[in-house]
Amino acid sequence: MTFFLQLVLTGAALGMIYALIAIGFVIILKCSQAFNIAQGHFVMIGGYLGFTFLVMFNLPIWASIVLAIIVAMIMGWVIERLTLRPLVGQPELAVIMMTIALASMLEGAATLIWGAQYKTYHGVLPSFTLKVGELSIPPESLIGMIVSLITIVILLLFFRYTKFGLAMRATAEDLKVVQSLGIKATVVFSVSWMIASVVGVVGGILLGAVSGAMVSLAQIGLKAFAVVLLGGVNSIGGAIVAGIILGVLENVAAGYLDPLLPGGGLANVFPFIVIIIVLIFRPYGLFGLARIERI
Amino acid sequence: MLQVNRIDVAYMGVIQVLRGVSLQVQDGAIAALLGANGAGKTTTLRAISGMLKTEEGAITDGSVEFDGKRIDGHGPEEIAALGISQAMEGRRVLEHLSVEENLFVGAYCRNDRALVRQDLELVYDWFPKLRERRRQTSGFLSGGEQQMLVIARALMARPKLMLLDEPSLGLAPLLAQEIFEIIQRINIERKMTILLVEQNARAALGIAHHGYVMENGRVVLEGPADKLKDNADVREFYMGLSAAGGQKSYRDVKHYHRRKKWIA
Repeated sequence: MTFFLQLVLTGAALGMIYALIAIGFVIILKCSQAFNIAQGHFVMIGGYLGFTFLVMFNLPIWASIVLAIIVAMIMGWVIERLTLRPLVGQPELAVIMMTIALASMLEGAATLIWGAQYKTYHGVLPSFTLKVGELSIPPESLIGMIVSLITIVILLLFFRYTKFGLAMRATAEDLKVVQSLGIKATVVFSVSWMIASVVGVVGGILLGAVSGAMVSLAQIGLKAFAVVLLGGVNSIGGAIVAGIILGVLENVAAGYLDPLLPGGGLANVFPFIVIIIVLIFRPYGLFGLARIERI
Repeated sequence: MLQVNRIDVAYMGVIQVLRGVSLQVQDGAIAALLGANGAGKTTTLRAISGMLKTEEGAITDGSVEFDGKRIDGHGPEEIAALGISQAMEGRRVLEHLSVEENLFVGAYCRNDRALVRQDLELVYDWFPKLRERRRQTSGFLSGGEQQMLVIARALMARPKLMLLDEPSLGLAPLLAQEIFEIIQRINIERKMTILLVEQNARAALGIAHHGYVMENGRVVLEGPADKLKDNADVREFYMGLSAAGGQKSYRDVKHYHRRKKWIA
């Protein structure tokens, strides 16, 4: 039982990070109706930024995250301004193609700046282990949980209670109405890319603390994609729940199923099997917004 | 206040929709823009509110002036910030937001919080049904309530000019009448200048001061609302009444003959 709870706990911590990354996905999807294929590449950049600040500059974790957030905001703004602004009003497919290009560019840029070697930031995080009863929470899980929780709560409060958050939710509903009321949609687009970039980068640092920084960190984007589909493509709350579900499933599967099969690797497949089954019964995802139809 | 000077509008550069449309709305007046489907009413509104660009349309000739300044060529956000608030056709509420959130979105451009609160109460006084449902998701309101919400949202911007696109579309006659009464109240109590686009000519001319009739992208008739109401053509084509004032029989309808005379 302890083993199971342990798996659930670390899985939930991992899931929160997935949820964080998936939120970036949802925000862009809601604002510009396009899948951001490059969301995972923000995570990859985050991993490398974490390496730069934590290992190369030897900064404490909090300072590293703050610096990385600043870099991420600039990156998000520049990317939106240069590559996506010209595509406003163009077909969604064009925007998706642009994000594919963006993914390649980010991957190339990361290799150019940091090189292709695997970067580990082992031993940089404070090494303490929190004990709750018989469960032990490793530091990277604890930090991951705290940081993603804080970020998610800040984002939710921002959307719920600030004027600009309301403007962003309104833009997600009807672009033309919002424009006719004087809300500058371009600023909303800019901010949505900045947020997506920030959550990706923060998630990247947190994951990098576990697995190190490498180009293949971008594959997390695929998991974020699965999270979004499971939660319902346009629901932030759904992304949070689905993220945690995916993290827990993955970890539990790794704990119980991997020893059964030679070679392991079932942990990576199992959550997707569950997602496929869920989507068969709930095509909108767990919390997807169906279009409101009045009868 | 608003002056549209002989504008031509074309979509995608080739489909000419408006040909030399001119109209003006005086300070504190209601102007009604009437016409059948496809006459160019909505396009005229879009030309004023700057929404043409998103529809691949453009003003190719003429100008639009608001308070003496040219506004054609400005984006919709800038024009809204100048004080022109549009309630678009088809009851476009922000479905997943609550009624109150919809209203706050309308007041987005304003920074005077206390006054916004005050206006919110004022709007609720005009539309008591919205007050009852302030916390509800607006997508689940009835059609009439949604139309009220769209007008209320436009009001929340404290505009100098309101553009209302077919507020009675798809509403039961009694509800439509209620909407028109409220529009008239807004005009009288708030001295609001309103450009009203309508198919329901009788109701629109009932509250308007001045009217324009459009057909095929042209303004074919204009005048004070009282005069238009008595105009034989308007009575016949838009109110379905014959010269004698009775219901017209289909037997002696010879629409297209007279229509041709009009356009020439």
